Amino acid sequence: MKGNDVTNNDNGTATGNGNGNGVKRSSNPLSGSMDRMRDWWAGAPQWQRWGVYVALIVGALILPAPWIGAFMSPDNDWTTVLFFPIGVYMLMAIGLNVVVGMAGLLDLGFVAFYAIGAYSLAYFGTEYGWNFWATLVIGVAITAVSGVILGAPTLRLRGDYLAIVTLGFGEIVRITANNTDEIGGARGITNVPHPPDMFGQKFLFDPAPYYYLMVATIVLAIIFSRRLEISRVGRSWAAIREDEDAAELMGVPTFKFKLLAFAVGAIIGGLAGTVWAGQANFVAPNSFPFILSATILVAVVLGGSGNLPGVMVGAFLIAWLPERFREVQDYRILFFGAVLVLLMALRPEGLLPSRRRRAELAEGTGGMGSMGAEVAGPTSDPDMEVSK
Amino acid sequence: MLDDLSSQFLPSTVGGLAAGAIYALIALGYTMVYGVLRLINFAHSEIFMIGAFASLFVLITMGISAPLTGIALVGMLLLMMIVSMAAAGGAAVVLEQVAYKPLRKKGASRLAALISAIGASLFLQELFALIVIPEVFDTPGRNTVPVPRIADRDVLFSIGNANIRTDHVIVIVAALAMMIVLDQVVNRSRMGRGIRATAQDPEAAVLMGVNIDNVVRLTFLLGGAMAGVAGMLYAFEYENLIFNVGFILGVKAFTAAVLGGIGNIRGALVGGFALGLIENWGAIFLGSEWKDVTAFVVLVIVLMFRPTGILGESLQRARA
Amino acid sequence: MTGSPEEKGGAHREAPALLELDDVVMAFGGVVAMNQVNLTIREGEIFALIGPNGAGKTTAFNVVTGVYRPTSGQVRFAGQRIDGMKRYKVTKAGVARTFQNIRLFHNMSALENVMVGIDAHHRTGAIGAVLGMPWHYREQRHGRERGLELLEFVGISHRAHDTAKNLPYGDQRRLEIARALGTDPKLLLLDEPAAGMNPAEKQSLQELIRRIRDDGRTVLLIEHDMGLVMHISDRVAVLDFGQLLAMGTPSEVQKNPKVIEAYLGAEADAS
Repeated sequence: MKGNDVTNNDNGTATGNGNGNGVKRSSNPLSGSMDRMRDWWAGAPQWQRWGVYVALIVGALILPAPWIGAFMSPDNDWTTVLFFPIGVYMLMAIGLNVVVGMAGLLDLGFVAFYAIGAYSLAYFGTEYGWNFWATLVIGVAITAVSGVILGAPTLRLRGDYLAIVTLGFGEIVRITANNTDEIGGARGITNVPHPPDMFGQKFLFDPAPYYYLMVATIVLAIIFSRRLEISRVGRSWAAIREDEDAAELMGVPTFKFKLLAFAVGAIIGGLAGTVWAGQANFVAPNSFPFILSATILVAVVLGGSGNLPGVMVGAFLIAWLPERFREVQDYRILFFGAVLVLLMALRPEGLLPSRRRRAELAEGTGGMGSMGAEVAGPTSDPDMEVSK
Repeated sequence: MLDDLSSQFLPSTVGGLAAGAIYALIALGYTMVYGVLRLINFAHSEIFMIGAFASLFVLITMGISAPLTGIALVGMLLLMMIVSMAAAGGAAVVLEQVAYKPLRKKGASRLAALISAIGASLFLQELFALIVIPEVFDTPGRNTVPVPRIADRDVLFSIGNANIRTDHVIVIVAALAMMIVLDQVVNRSRMGRGIRATAQDPEAAVLMGVNIDNVVRLTFLLGGAMAGVAGMLYAFEYENLIFNVGFILGVKAFTAAVLGGIGNIRGALVGGFALGLIENWGAIFLGSEWKDVTAFVVLVIVLMFRPTGILGESLQRARA
Repeated sequence: MTGSPEEKGGAHREAPALLELDDVVMAFGGVVAMNQVNLTIREGEIFALIGPNGAGKTTAFNVVTGVYRPTSGQVRFAGQRIDGMKRYKVTKAGVARTFQNIRLFHNMSALENVMVGIDAHHRTGAIGAVLGMPWHYREQRHGRERGLELLEFVGISHRAHDTAKNLPYGDQRRLEIARALGTDPKLLLLDEPAAGMNPAEKQSLQELIRRIRDDGRTVLLIEHDMGLVMHISDRVAVLDFGQLLAMGTPSEVQKNPKVIEAYLGAEADAS
């Protein structure tokens, strides 16, 4: 199959350096075994890879089994937890990873796209009685456009300004929803339509079909973002992340590709919102606080920004731990905050980093250059360098 | 609409100046830290929050429940201000030690530093929501905490249909006075020279014998103290506090800093008042529920068309 | 394309102009980094830009590649105005460069670095990549094959899969050249390519630059190593304080009294 042919080759390029000359190995046993796994994966024949894919998908499908749930979620219905927050967070993290991990743009308002996706379904479903699938398509279009609308004026800004502007955008969307009576104001919209029956499955209040729908969406999102990553698009993102000026001078239309990253991230975030709203039956502005953007960012950074499996593990942990250990539920944001601070000081590359990203974050490239007022740090000012 | 404008213009201006004074004081911290470290100190909003609660703590400890007058009022305000400055300034220095210094020493990326800042911000908010507010103020952590009124809101004089009250005067005068003091410190003192030198060129500053760690600590201390004053004035003027009171205010103050030209101390003043006026005048037409949106839109527009702000960036030159 | 056999190694005066700078002024505030510079670089030549530090050489590169928009004057490439054009469009039009202080994508492999350059002429977008369109695979294959070819050409194909920052210094300079060649430039700008190289490396760099020219590309280089400059350049221009001081063949320039004064000013006074 063609898709794998490319995956194969790319792995050859990306991980070929693992044998001695690559990024300095961390002494940490976790990344050591990760590297060994990666090397195995790079050299694994086609059938073994497919074996892993199939095993993962089968695993995802039997995951809602009660005996697993008895351990994973003794307090709440496990399938419900699997759909939300676990599935939703994972899908959103895959989307945010495109923006933050691949293109190196810090987006603090990612929840806006999730909200727009959810509101699209709620509005068109209740006002016009459109079917779930029709609104899904419209919702994707609307979120992509909103990604472009946010990006077009702001993507020329310095990285940290961009972060604050995206945060502002997230708040604008929430406050606007809150103040606009046409979409329910602060009360939100109720009776959001469920998806129509499919494969004999009724989408009502049983969470199982939604979970399978979520799994399918996540698999699609993984395929999409992985294919982008190994293509010209992903290479351009990586180049922009490392040295935007050099990238532009090597013929990369940086603005266009940054906009694309925003749009792709927005689409995946929007999908998460639409699927969630189809199950939740109800949307309101206070489902979309800044803290959700921050939580997804924690997931991406914790897992290992830029590395898809890492990001998904990160999202899973962030979503699951507070559900499993109810006693810590109240303390989860306190904990997330501490995790971010500690992680940046001790292991900025996250738990399961991509090899490349690990080096970038540690040495002060990775999108923004290093902090000022630190003489020992590497040169941080690209504009200065060009003109030297 | 025009009636609204003529009847509300002057009162909105007064409200805008009072709000703007507080934005300006918080903006100073953003602007100074950005000037020296090129870092958006995302947790600065929580430093402000700590300052606000410190003032409330003073009022509760002193058992104030009725408005004061005369010397008692002035003394109480000074006491609140000193305690808030100490609490917020101290918190800012600790924040720097814990959340930024390790990254600085490693020469870590600014992305990493910003993420650390966000983490510190979440941590401090939750620390108050979960522990400090329930324990110290005896209120459920996510509820608003009322602040007792310590000065009667007498109308001192009127301009047109705008009534200028005692509290307006106190807020605006106190804020201006603090800003003048800070401006003098930074522009006249030896320590202030260190800050300016570092903002311009850290490497040269080190060669000239400036101790970067001291400069950074001082920057956080001064910025934090100003946020403390802002917190005290906020508690005094708006009389309600909540654990995340800093969030929106912080973004607005940052907007003010950018509006005036980030890194520029006088710019923070101009930006703060400008933003306060813009959002309050905007509210005449749009309704006050759109105030926050107005502020964010101003931020985007400024960054798009004049990213160096009204007065330009003066502690340092604009850097990518 | 150009560089037919009889043109090689000398008389390029008849060859058509490839890059023209007309009265280019580049001022930063009060500092004039380029003052009314006129230059014509002809197809197929190796042209060197020399001058003391701060003479405006790198500024000239930045003006040509679109990093700066000149304060006044025109830059034309193959007859088309490129001043004020977007940087990536200048690159697509056929101008590529290296950097004085190496600016590779340090954490990408050598091959990936070159592929970024080659991508300049590729068209696969998000949709093509996601849906796995035939052109996506064609371009991926082309990028890899061409990339390996270019690494071979500059002599570092054995390091194709190494991370760029782990390459030795000389190889990083070569990788930058390969990455620039990936964009298939008609004009290649090399900013101090020999900086930090030992004599043997300089020798092979010299050969590499010749081979690039023999491939039909025009080379414009900034270099401080006079031996190298005089050896391989067809023509040399001297910049001093943003002004064009002299221009001609290496031997003409070496004899030019103004150049001697600018370079040896102190000694000349002393004697």
